[in-house]
Amino acid sequence: MWRNSQHSYGLIQILLHWTTAILVTGMFALGIYMVDLGYYDPWYHRAPALHKSVGLLVIGLFLFRLVWRFGDPQPEPLGVNPWSRKAAGGMHLLLYLGLFALLASGYLIASADGRSIPVFDVFSVPALTLPVENQEELAGDVHEVTAWSLMVLAVLHGAAALKHRFIDKDASLARMLWPRRD
Amino acid sequence: MKKSLLSILAVCALSAGLPAVAADYVVDTEGAHASVNFKIPHLGYSFLLGRFDDFSGTFSFDPENPKAAAVNVVIDTASINSNHAERDRHLRSDDFLAVDKHPQARFVSTKFETANGESGQLHGQLTLRGITRDIIINVEKVGEGKDPWGGYRMGFAGNTSLKLADFGITTDLGPASREVELMLHIEGVRQ
Repeated sequence: MWRNSQHSYGLIQILLHWTTAILVTGMFALGIYMVDLGYYDPWYHRAPALHKSVGLLVIGLFLFRLVWRFGDPQPEPLGVNPWSRKAAGGMHLLLYLGLFALLASGYLIASADGRSIPVFDVFSVPALTLPVENQEELAGDVHEVTAWSLMVLAVLHGAAALKHRFIDKDASLARMLWPRRD
Repeated sequence: MKKSLLSILAVCALSAGLPAVAADYVVDTEGAHASVNFKIPHLGYSFLLGRFDDFSGTFSFDPENPKAAAVNVVIDTASINSNHAERDRHLRSDDFLAVDKHPQARFVSTKFETANGESGQLHGQLTLRGITRDIIINVEKVGEGKDPWGGYRMGFAGNTSLKLADFGITTDLGPASREVELMLHIEGVRQ
């Protein structure tokens, strides 16, 4: 039920997957929205603060997810041929790498001043400054590119899930919605 | 021997006939005895100060003929520093300085109006964000003289104010913040 099995994802992995998907998509939309806010907009400071707070929580989720993933068996891929199974594996790897780059670069933008980053005014995360000039520029450019790339990957990932559901008619999507009994 | 003596004499004779040549100075950015600062009202309640960390410049100044003074400064716009990384990135973006397209700002003086040879108005052309405008900088000579390390230095303080919109910066920072003040402190080492 909680943990993965040979044929299905467990509830923890399912919750991690969908929570991350919803939060990252939401932060993408918030990010696009907030960079064009006028200086006198009430959200001018609120939106970036929310973006950073949620972003740092997603980093926490991501770290937990990595530990959980390597401690849990992965359900067998359901691809109809070796090519499809390889593509699925490659896509999952890219999603993980993209998410890592997105989260790391976001953290490094907020870190660039060396000031710790508040999370919902509840606690703060220490900053990490790298020995590069204009960390905010490098990290900012990476963050923008990875955000768009990850969204494109996520759309392809979703399309593949629908292909499994409606064309291959297998349980790929269903087993990511609720744990299945073997 | 005779030949070289002759040529020395010739050079002396030639120099004697020339008017005093203005001394050329290089702005001491190496020792960071110069700064290009800006100041802009924040909401009308206080001021934000910042500076450009990287620039270079030269000037020539002849105390005998101060009106012939000339100044040349090039500023690396990406070096803007307001002590807040995310704001600096915003200031570098197309909303403000567009440093990708316009990595340099340049000031070239056209004339120096002075009554006493010490303070006056420096006229010149400022190119910022690819737009060139005539500006006037109020200049005051701070001092000049030998430094303790065998060189000769001269320094000025300058002040001017720019309308952001004049240089294509239309991002609205509020009614109190449409003009930015530039505060320049320039020390030059005579070459």
